[in-house]
Amino acid sequence: MLERLRNMLIKEFIQVFRDPRMRMVIFVIPCFQMLVIGYAVSTDVKHVRTAVYDLDESRQSRDLVAAFSRSGYFDVVEHIADERRIREILDRGEATAVLRLQHGFAGDLLAGRTAELQVLVDGTDSNTANIVLGYAVKIAQAYSEKMLVRRFERRLGAIRIPGRIELESRAWFNENLESRNFYVPGVLVIIVTLMTLLLTSMSVVREKEIGTMEQIMVTPITPVEFILGKTVPFAIIGYAVVFLVTSIAVFWFEVPMRGNFGTLLFGAGLYILTMLGAGLFISTISGTQQQAMISTFFFFFPAMLLSGFAFPIANMPEPVQWLTLVNPLRYFLIIIRAIFLKGVGLEILWPNFLALGLMAATMLTLSVRRFHKTL
Amino acid sequence: MMNTATNAVVVENLEKRFGGFVAVNRVSFEVAKGEIFGFLGPNGAGKSTTIRMLCGILAPTAGRGVVAGYDIYTQSEKIKANIGYMSQKFSLYQDLTVEENINFYSGIYCIPAELKEERKNWVLEMAGLREHRRRPTALLSGGWKQRLALGCAILHQPPIVFLDEPTSGVDPISRRAFWDLIYDLSGRGVTVFVTTHYMDEAEYCDRLGLIYRGELVALGEPERLKRDLMAEDVLEVLCEHPETAMGEIEQLPGVKEAALFGRGLHVVATDGEAAAGEIGELLARSGRRIERIEKIVPSLEDVFVSLIEARDRAEQPQAEVKR
Ligand SMILES: Nc1ncnc2c1ncn2[C@@H]1O[C@H](COP(=O)(O)OP(=O)(O)O)[C@@H](O)[C@H]1O
Ligand SMILES: [Mg+2]
Repeated sequence: MLERLRNMLIKEFIQVFRDPRMRMVIFVIPCFQMLVIGYAVSTDVKHVRTAVYDLDESRQSRDLVAAFSRSGYFDVVEHIADERRIREILDRGEATAVLRLQHGFAGDLLAGRTAELQVLVDGTDSNTANIVLGYAVKIAQAYSEKMLVRRFERRLGAIRIPGRIELESRAWFNENLESRNFYVPGVLVIIVTLMTLLLTSMSVVREKEIGTMEQIMVTPITPVEFILGKTVPFAIIGYAVVFLVTSIAVFWFEVPMRGNFGTLLFGAGLYILTMLGAGLFISTISGTQQQAMISTFFFFFPAMLLSGFAFPIANMPEPVQWLTLVNPLRYFLIIIRAIFLKGVGLEILWPNFLALGLMAATMLTLSVRRFHKTL
Repeated sequence: MMNTATNAVVVENLEKRFGGFVAVNRVSFEVAKGEIFGFLGPNGAGKSTTIRMLCGILAPTAGRGVVAGYDIYTQSEKIKANIGYMSQKFSLYQDLTVEENINFYSGIYCIPAELKEERKNWVLEMAGLREHRRRPTALLSGGWKQRLALGCAILHQPPIVFLDEPTSGVDPISRRAFWDLIYDLSGRGVTVFVTTHYMDEAEYCDRLGLIYRGELVALGEPERLKRDLMAEDVLEVLCEHPETAMGEIEQLPGVKEAALFGRGLHVVATDGEAAAGEIGELLARSGRRIERIEKIVPSLEDVFVSLIEARDRAEQPQAEVKR
C-alpha cells in the first residue's frame, strides 16, 4: 500500500517538476496573477478625469469647481468652451465626468434661489458612475451648506446654527474601505481553486489520453492507492501555492492578516480536498485534456460569479442565493476574508468549516465511487 | 467442462457489445499453459477488446472466462497480479527515464526491495537498454520502447503475458528481436497471448485464432489451418506482366480469385490441376512467357482471405434481405 503510494508520488513529482511549463504554471503564474490582479482589481474611484463647462464664469461657480478638485476625487482636465465638446469628450472617454454650470448660477445663488449644477457621468461602468455621483452629491451639499451659513451670517450677524445630525460612517475591519484588502484574499481563493482543479483533472485525463492509464489499470494497484497518488501531490502543491500567494498578499500588498494563520491553513486544507474531489470527478467524465479543461471552466465560472468574490451574494435574487449554498468557493471566501480582515476564528466561522468539510467528503466519495479500474 | 488445470486461459461464448454493436461475438477458445497463442485479425476485428476483457479492465456482456485459474468477472484483481499486459498503444511515461519507468512499475507491483535491483538489471539486459538507462523514454527508438514496455510488464514475472500488437510500427529487425524475446519467455514456461495483424508473425505462434468482425473464424496450429481449412487449391503463377494477366485469369471458369503476391500471382481455384492447364493455355495464347505454374501449400494469408471471403459471401445475401 505505502510502497505503491510512495512510487506514485515519486512519479508525479518527477513529472511535474521536470516539465518547465509545469514549473511555470505552479510557481510563476500564481505570483504573476496575484500581482497583476492585486493591482488591477481596485474599485476605489479617485482622480476622476473631469471636464468643466462653466457658462457662468462667476466667483461662485469657480469656487464650486475648486471644491471639486480639492476633494481629490475629481481632476479637472479641461475647460470646455463649446456645448458639442461635452458629447465628444465623453464619447472618446477623455473624461468620465462633466460639470456644467448654467448662466446665472451665481445670480440664483445670491438671490436665494436654487442654483443648478449638472453632473454628466459616463455610465458605461455603472459601478464607477454611481460612486462618482455619490461624491458629487456630497461635495455639492457641503458647498451649499457653506453658502447657507454665510447668507444667514450676512443677514443676522453671527448666529448659532441649530444642532444637526451628521452621519459619520465608519467601516470596521477595513477602515479606509480599501478595495484591495477585500479583493486580494479573494484572488488567493481563485488562484488556489483553478490550480488544484486543473492540475488534478488534467493529470488523470492525461494518463487516459496517452494510454498509461490502461497500463496502470492492469496492475494490482487499488483505486484508493491510485487516487491518493493523484491527489496527495496536488494537495501539497496546493498548499505551497497558498503559502506563496498569502505571502504576496501580506508582505507585498500589506493586506492585514488579523486572524490565525493555522486556522487559515485548516480551511485551505478542507477547501483543497473539495477541489481535488471536484477535479477527480471532472476526470471521470472527461476523455481528453480538452474536455477536462472545458468541464473545469464550466464549473469554475459560475462558481466564481456566485461566490461573492465580486458581486455581493445579498444582492442576488433569492433562488440564486440558495444556489450559492452549495458553492464551496463561497465558504472558503468567507473564511479567508474573515481570517484576514476580521481576525475571527473557528468560534464564529465553524459553520463555514463544517460546510466545506461536508463538501470535501461528498466530492471525494462521489469521485472515488465513480472511479473504477475498468475502461 | 472448462479445463483450467492445464489451460492458462479458457473462454466460453465471450461477448462484448458496445450499444448495439457486437465487437466480440461469442468466442470460445483455450490457451494451454506455456504456449504462444496468436490472435490474428485485421484492424477492428475485436482483438484488443477480447484482450481487455481477459485482463479484467473491460466487463464482458456475456459468456465466461477464466485466466490463470481466476474468473474474469469476480476475480479480476487476482488476475491482475498474475498477468503482464502490454497495451496496443505505447504506454510508458515518456517524460521519465528508462530506469524511472522500471522503478515505478517495480513499486506498483510491490517487488520486494531485495529483488528490485536484480529484476531491473534483468529487464535492462533483456531490452538491451543498459547504456540508455538514464535516457528519457521519449528519445528511444520504437523497437527499444517496445522492449522496455515488455520488460516493465513482466517485472513481477507473471505466468501469463498478454501482448496487444506489440510489434506494430517497428522495423523488421526490431520485430525479429522482439519475437526472440517472446520465444525466450515461452522457453521459461510463460504463456504468451499475442495479437497481431502480421501474417508472418502468425506463423511463429504455436496456435492461432483467426478473428474477423468479432467472430472466431478458425482455431488451430498454423500448419493444420493451412492444410485443412482451405477447400480450394492455390497455384503460384510466375509469368511476364502478372498485373495484366491477373484480370484475364480471373475470368477463367474454375478460378475463384487471383491476386498479386510477391513478383507473381496466387490463384485460388476449385480444381488446381485443371486450372493450371487452362492458365497455361491462356498465357501461351497471349504470348506471355511462363516461368512456373505450380500448386503450392497456401500461405496463412491465403487461408485467411479465403475464409473471410466465404464468410462475406454468406453474409451479403442476408444483409440485402434485411435492407
Ligand atoms: N469503447 C468502445 N466503444 C465503442 N466501440 C468500440 C470501443 N472499443 C472498441 N470498439 C469497436 O469495437 C471494434 C473492435 O475493436 P478492437 O477490439 O479495438 O479491434 P482490434 O484490436 O482488433 O483492431 C471496433 O469496430 C471498434 O471500433
Ligand atoms: Mg487493437
